[in-house]
Amino acid sequence: MDKHISVREQIQQNIARRKKRPFKLEKVAPVSLFIAALISVLTTVGIVLSLVFDAAMFFKQVPFWEFFGSTNLSPLSHTDPKFGILPLINGTIITSLIAMCVAIPIGLTSAIYLSEYASARVRKIVKPLMEVVAGIPTIVYGFFAYSFVTPLLTHIIPSLGAKNALSPGIVMGIMIIPLVTSLSEDAMSSVPNSMREGALALGSTKLEMTFKVIIPAALSGIIASFVLAVSRAIGETMIVTIASGSSKNFTFDITQSMQTMTAYIVEFTSGDAGSGTIGYYSLYAVGLTLFVFTLIMNLVAGYISRKFREGY
Amino acid sequence: MKSGRNQRIMLRQTMDKSMKNLFFLATMFALLVLGILIYQVVTQGASWLDWQFLSGKLSLNPERAGILGVIVGTVLLMVVVGPVTMILGVCTAIYLEEYAKKSKLRNFIQVNISNLAGVPSVIFGLLGLAVFSRMFNLGSSILAGGLTMSLLVLPIVVVASQEAIRAVPQYLREASYGMGATKWQTVRRVVLPAALPGILTGFILSLSRAIGETAPLVVLGIPVLIMPIPNSLMSDFTALPIQIYYWTLDAVLVQEYANLAAATIIVLLVILFAMNSLAIFIRNKYQKRY
Amino acid sequence: MNQAVTEHLQNSAVSEGHEIESKPSVIQTKGLDLWYGDSQALYDINMDVQENQVTAIIGPSGCGKSTYIKTLNRMIELNDSVKTKGEIIYRGRNIFSEYSVEELRTQVGMVFQKPNPLPKSIYENVVYGPRVHGIRKKQVLDEIVERSLRGAAIWDEVKDRLHKDAYGLSGGQQQRLCIARTLAFEPEVILMDEPTSALDPISTAKIEELIQQLKTQYTIVIVTHNMQQAARISDKTAFFLNGKLIEFDQTVKIFSNPNDKRTEDYVSGRFG
Repeated sequence: MDKHISVREQIQQNIARRKKRPFKLEKVAPVSLFIAALISVLTTVGIVLSLVFDAAMFFKQVPFWEFFGSTNLSPLSHTDPKFGILPLINGTIITSLIAMCVAIPIGLTSAIYLSEYASARVRKIVKPLMEVVAGIPTIVYGFFAYSFVTPLLTHIIPSLGAKNALSPGIVMGIMIIPLVTSLSEDAMSSVPNSMREGALALGSTKLEMTFKVIIPAALSGIIASFVLAVSRAIGETMIVTIASGSSKNFTFDITQSMQTMTAYIVEFTSGDAGSGTIGYYSLYAVGLTLFVFTLIMNLVAGYISRKFREGY
Repeated sequence: MKSGRNQRIMLRQTMDKSMKNLFFLATMFALLVLGILIYQVVTQGASWLDWQFLSGKLSLNPERAGILGVIVGTVLLMVVVGPVTMILGVCTAIYLEEYAKKSKLRNFIQVNISNLAGVPSVIFGLLGLAVFSRMFNLGSSILAGGLTMSLLVLPIVVVASQEAIRAVPQYLREASYGMGATKWQTVRRVVLPAALPGILTGFILSLSRAIGETAPLVVLGIPVLIMPIPNSLMSDFTALPIQIYYWTLDAVLVQEYANLAAATIIVLLVILFAMNSLAIFIRNKYQKRY
Repeated sequence: MNQAVTEHLQNSAVSEGHEIESKPSVIQTKGLDLWYGDSQALYDINMDVQENQVTAIIGPSGCGKSTYIKTLNRMIELNDSVKTKGEIIYRGRNIFSEYSVEELRTQVGMVFQKPNPLPKSIYENVVYGPRVHGIRKKQVLDEIVERSLRGAAIWDEVKDRLHKDAYGLSGGQQQRLCIARTLAFEPEVILMDEPTSALDPISTAKIEELIQQLKTQYTIVIVTHNMQQAARISDKTAFFLNGKLIEFDQTVKIFSNPNDKRTEDYVSGRFG
């Protein structure tokens, strides 16, 4: 240690040298990072532009009012193809409604249980399992709906078609339960404990406390979770494609096959081979409608939950 | 008077207890279905799952069908998705957390990312079809599918990385700046290493989402039941979820296809389970020590 | 003030009194104002820090002492809303306009309130600064590590586990490691922002002893809200109140016979 190297001098030299030749990475880094961040914006732009452009090509050939006003959907007819989207919207809404009938009551009660009743240990086991339920690929649920739930339901409803709206609706609902549960539970557990203590001190049972204090206080967060759940159901593709089939009839009979917007897109795509045909452009018209539906839902949910966060 | 009051309290307590049990049953419902699903898939597919199935080529004859090409397709797809999402996702997160500060632009990008996360996956398929397949002329190749899938799962990596970066305490940055480090040096040598476990966890979760995602690939792809084993990123391909889809659809024609689908699902679920376990392992092992 | 400290001060006043005046100043602060957004935190600060001395800054919480010391190496600029007016001259050059922050911070090092080792090994913590500034030879780095750890009086405690995680050290050891890490790039001035406030009394004593050794080679500015500490270790003391420098003088003078009534009230424990 006798020979002292002057670190200070060496560092000052290095800094002076770097000053003359400005450290390039330092300048390049923020620019490249910014460009990477722009990709996500470009993705949105790309989605909107590709949907709008190709949908515009579609509306050159099919009048707007016919698309949104007609219940006649027969895209494959050689003589006179018809493009009314109403059967698809109908199918989408009906399957989503069935899903909500499952997801909302069960998701919400699970949230109540986990937030207000369950012990820490139970929560620690149940929550990761719920994540597993949410993480199962939708194609697997589709297979499950088609090859297990539909045959099972046929025992109860003999008239049930091999493809129907009921079975995928129910399975979709099960798939969405974890979404409703986790978001509603977040909303409920962020209700301050003082409100719980207040209610319990007045002699309420936990049940009364939950329904009279906690749920009202967490209501907007809970509703936001419902709206997001609807949005998920509307955009869900594989379950309905497999189990609900491709009937283009405009019907309210949930024991029969009906097609959703998403299933239509999957059915009629054939890679880039079909590009340029009216069938190809119709995918984008349907896609644009679907995009607008889900975007509105997501924005509403975002708005509600922002309001909610302002509450405390 | 008094006994009436007691009765009411008893009633309320009974109500509370029975509702509690009802809530518990509701919570168990989803888990029960999960159990049935796994049981059903395993009983239907397990006997088909042998070495020949894993190592063979696709075939119209269910007895001889194997999914080697399908597995290769999924692996090659991840070869594209992995680096692309990792690089784009982490860079975006660094930009938003370390460079953009509280600007309007940052807000805009942030809102944009959370909206992207809510766009249905089938729409990404349409995007990929219009941009990668047609505009860039990539057709139905693995590259086109991988890039489409990367954009789909990008928000997952971005959000996870942002959270990980935000969780790096400010005093570590101060330590680095205090020694005269530049911003980039601080990010690269202190912030990123400290955030790495969180970033990796998000990355693995995004890959497991990409492995199971079907709709965008089906929109891009050509519906053929038999596809040769892909040999480059420009090959047409099939992947585990697509093959499950085709076999399920065609089970109407050949019943055994449903069993092949079930066997493929087992493979898919095992892969997903392994990946999620890895993510949990990383999260637990590298929990914060500062 | 307790009796012992007062006596200590009087003794040191006798022995060191004259020397102090003759030292050249290293950092001169001229008319410094500072704002966080719209609220002003420092008002017209004027003071000189002198070479090879310990300058203590005392005052109640929120008086601006921490803000001031962070301004001296421009760490305060990590907060985007900060605006400054006035000059700080270090070695004849204005730190705001004639230095890059990187250059300034290698000459004016800093030790923070809470020990903040990087989540790396002890060795890596010490070589972080030199590495960042382009020193890469292993042999040189090895020498730096030993010299710095010896300088911070922690070498003997850690020499057998240089490649172990720095977070395995006790709080006091971590803080001495942070000092060693600062010594590694051989700054001229070391700023210490309440370096012992998170430590136990024994660790505190070790650090104070270390500061006494360091001042022979380094100029030290230390913020503390422990008045006894300021009295024990510093040569000059500045008293801050509500963002203003109330009084700046020999430590002995501040603690025994301050000019300002407010200083007297503070050092005698009437508020703060």
